Amino acid sequence: MYSVNYHRAASVADAVKLLESGDAKLLSGGMTLIPAMKTRLAAPSDLVDLSHIEELKGIEVAGSAITIRAATTHHEVASDEKLKKACPALAHMASRIGDPAVRYKGTIGGSIANNDPAADYPAALLALEATIVTNKREIAADAFFTGLFETALEDGEIVTAVTFTAPAKAAYEKFRNPASRYAIVGVFVANGADGVRVAVTGAGDSGVFRSKEIEAALATNFDAAALNGVKVPANDLMSDIHASADYRANLIVVMAKRAVAAANA
Amino acid sequence: MGIEGVGARVARKEDKRFITGAGRYVDDMVVPGMKHAAFVRSPHAHAEIKKIDLKKAQAMPGVIGVLTGKELKADGIGNLICGWMIHSKDGSPMKMGAWSPLAFDRVRYVGDAVVVVVAETKGQARDAAEAVDITYQELKAVVDAPKALERSAPQIHPEADGNLIFDWELGDSAATNAAIKAAAHITRMKIVNNRLVPNAMEPRATLGHYDKAEDHYTCWTTSQNPHLARLVMSAFYNVAPENKLRVIAPDVGGGFGSKIYIYPEEIICLWASKKTGVPVKWVADRTESFLTDAHGRDHVSTVEMAFDKDNRITGLKVDTIANLGAYMSLFSSCVPTYLYATLLSGQYDIPAIHANVRAVYTNTAPVDAYRGAGRPEATYLLERTMETAARELGVSPAELRRKNFITAFPHQTPVIMNYDAGDYAASLDAAMAAADYAGFAQRKADAANRGKLRGIGMSCYIEACGLAPSAAVGSLGAGVGLWESAEVRVNAAGTIEVLTGSHSHGQGHETTFAQLVNQRFGVPIDSVSIVHGDTDKVQMGMGTYGSRSGAVGMSAVAKALDKVEAKAKKIAAHLLEADEGDIVIENGALKVAGTDKQVPWFQMALAAYTAHNLPGGMEPGLKETSFYDPSNFTFPAGCYVCEVEIDPETGVTEVVQFVAADDFGNIINPMIVEGQVHGGVAQGIGQALLEGTRYDASGQLLTASYMDYTMPRADDLPSFKVSTSNTPCPGNPLGIKGCGEAGAIGSPPAVINAITDAIGITDIAMPASPSTVWAAIRATKH
Repeated sequence: MYSVNYHRAASVADAVKLLESGDAKLLSGGMTLIPAMKTRLAAPSDLVDLSHIEELKGIEVAGSAITIRAATTHHEVASDEKLKKACPALAHMASRIGDPAVRYKGTIGGSIANNDPAADYPAALLALEATIVTNKREIAADAFFTGLFETALEDGEIVTAVTFTAPAKAAYEKFRNPASRYAIVGVFVANGADGVRVAVTGAGDSGVFRSKEIEAALATNFDAAALNGVKVPANDLMSDIHASADYRANLIVVMAKRAVAAANA
Repeated sequence: MGIEGVGARVARKEDKRFITGAGRYVDDMVVPGMKHAAFVRSPHAHAEIKKIDLKKAQAMPGVIGVLTGKELKADGIGNLICGWMIHSKDGSPMKMGAWSPLAFDRVRYVGDAVVVVVAETKGQARDAAEAVDITYQELKAVVDAPKALERSAPQIHPEADGNLIFDWELGDSAATNAAIKAAAHITRMKIVNNRLVPNAMEPRATLGHYDKAEDHYTCWTTSQNPHLARLVMSAFYNVAPENKLRVIAPDVGGGFGSKIYIYPEEIICLWASKKTGVPVKWVADRTESFLTDAHGRDHVSTVEMAFDKDNRITGLKVDTIANLGAYMSLFSSCVPTYLYATLLSGQYDIPAIHANVRAVYTNTAPVDAYRGAGRPEATYLLERTMETAARELGVSPAELRRKNFITAFPHQTPVIMNYDAGDYAASLDAAMAAADYAGFAQRKADAANRGKLRGIGMSCYIEACGLAPSAAVGSLGAGVGLWESAEVRVNAAGTIEVLTGSHSHGQGHETTFAQLVNQRFGVPIDSVSIVHGDTDKVQMGMGTYGSRSGAVGMSAVAKALDKVEAKAKKIAAHLLEADEGDIVIENGALKVAGTDKQVPWFQMALAAYTAHNLPGGMEPGLKETSFYDPSNFTFPAGCYVCEVEIDPETGVTEVVQFVAADDFGNIINPMIVEGQVHGGVAQGIGQALLEGTRYDASGQLLTASYMDYTMPRADDLPSFKVSTSNTPCPGNPLGIKGCGEAGAIGSPPAVINAITDAIGITDIAMPASPSTVWAAIRATKH
């Protein structure tokens, strides 16, 4: 790791100010940034730590309206009793991110701002039709995730919360990379007021995406059997030493089936 | 056996310090004035070094020295060597290319060390290493061994024309060809043994300290054999004469072979310490470990196995290309030759065998011995072929093996080895019973009802351990002898120190060696200390690899204990005024057999040192040494049965049952032996299902971190069913065969035989990852 200046932000406004120092980066849980810095792949001059800002913490459940503030850890999402009742799929998904150390440090805001193409939260927020709230505006999930490690966030813009309406049914199934245990394919299915939304992480050439083929098949029949024979195209899928695009295309359907079965269970 | 004696399940003495974080590894060593090294390594697999500009690095904060290969050469430091001479079949010696500890004219793999920076802190050393400016002219690279032999391949070393290091053969070519010609059935296969990265938990590390006042060097290093390190660094690398060089291998966190060899970093840190005037420490980061630890395996072979009309094997012909990487590591040449082809008879009576092995250079990390070293490659080739032959012949894989088993001992194979003892049918029967082999068809049907493909596979392995008779290995080209030393010191109050030339880096010497002493003298194991890993304490030894610590190292201890026992009995007889032949040692006392006359052990020891009343002419003291050279290799063998269930939708293979039935000879501590089998099988399942080392065509290592290299984890593995049915080894005084490598040797073919059985295919590449298995299943449907 190169030497770096550490700043603990007291508020979001304070963080925005601190971000102006040198080549500063925001630090939340640090579960991606710190390893990248340790291996010298990232070299910010300054770190602005968001994890002690009270206004960025906590989960609110009001009926089906859910707000999760940005610095909430995966462990907190996984173990929040109200959320487990209102949207068990999301709590369950959070309980399977990384390992315990990651879940106690990593945060929802950090995960979506980083938008790793194999991260779990982007699939969840896209399928849940969530809104990403920042210090400047509100952004629909459909417009937020713009590419590999790319988001709609502008300079000085900080994610403060995500909000969504809990769907009637939802579930997430992922197939892990045997080495890293990140998702090779993760499929979040949600059957909500506005219909069925299916988002896929780990597989797309340009990051998380909605699968039109699977959404279409499930639109009128939210049942795993509705996916029998459904094929998703492999053209825009990633291919690497762990999984070919064809294999990922197969896994998307398999994981979608299992997610739908779990959502209906 | 007593509660702490031979055969007792004694908890490991050393584990308390390991588990509580109190172990002392090289990185824990701190000496006054110590500074830190960082290496500048080649980013290219093959390139000419055009220019090295150190100016910017030298001006960086905290920098003490920035040193290059030219300076190293000017100071007379020698090239790294391979210590086992192999001659090609045309009689010519192997073609060893020069390996300078710091490359100065050409780099040959990604990770090749070029410049070393010594600085006040590790961070400053790394910062300065990044500031070293090296101009390379890239050359074409080759990573694949068969491709390296093609005419169009780039030439890697001027010494090895066409990248061919040797073209070696073993066995009778004419007799084998005749057997194949006359065969009723021939099974032919292409067998690929995948390259593995050793991944010891503790990365390699070294601390070099030159003491100007004494003109003396001390090297702390992560080594499996510190004495060999001293010998080689003195005799070949010209670092310092042996009497001026102390090598210490303290607690070492796993080796698996990768810490046998002398690497550039030890040499460079010692040299740099003298050059800069400060002690120099280097600890590999995990990426450096992936890039530069000697890798294992990487064979491509073809095999023909000939059968007569009664399904007896009549001949075996093998052609292997072995990838040795960019340089010849210390023992690289013996792995695909005398540790491989000599085991191609397996457990079978095969009248004619011929093996041809070509070893080649490529632009990849050097390849050397890794847990099993040659024997896993032989076992994989043979046991995959046996399984395939049984399927082709339409007979039971178990019965085909049984029919061809060697049943009379000693047995001379056509490939050098003389098997001394074994009962292969006993292991086969034990494994099949433990696996409920007969119930498999029902389990397969049940699995099918759940949508799963279930398969079963077996493997009957043999290996050669206890390396080995010095004269024999010397005649085969080894540059060293393979005996072991021991010294037993009985202190004045009766406690005991055992000094051994073998080295524990996880094996449990501190417990098992003490059990041997407890068995002999009744002294509690807490009163027995095992000393190893320091050339100032133990005069000479050959270290630990090839499952040799028990068979060779403990045999040396047993020989020294014989001498101590004889002298102790003489002293006791004198004190008790009895005949020496009537003295027996029981419960910590020396007794006159059949009487109540006795002298406690500690009192006898005190008498040896007070020397007030010793037999006439006896020297005071009680300390004995022994150098033990075995008369033969040992031959552990066994049968492994693996059962898998495959999810055809995802290609995920679950090992649902794994049975190991081994013959290790006599056992000192069954718990430690089981642990060795568990670890070995985990590594073998890792090779079969998870671990694959991938270079791209340009020579970049794609699997250089745990993000991409799949280490086996607990949830990848089943609970193992292990058992032993042992025939004592007649070749050493303890009857021990060795158990350290068997698991890694026997398991990969059992796993792959199970997977190919489940899918109904002939072969699948290792590692049989989910995507590979899924693609194989899909191919069966087209």
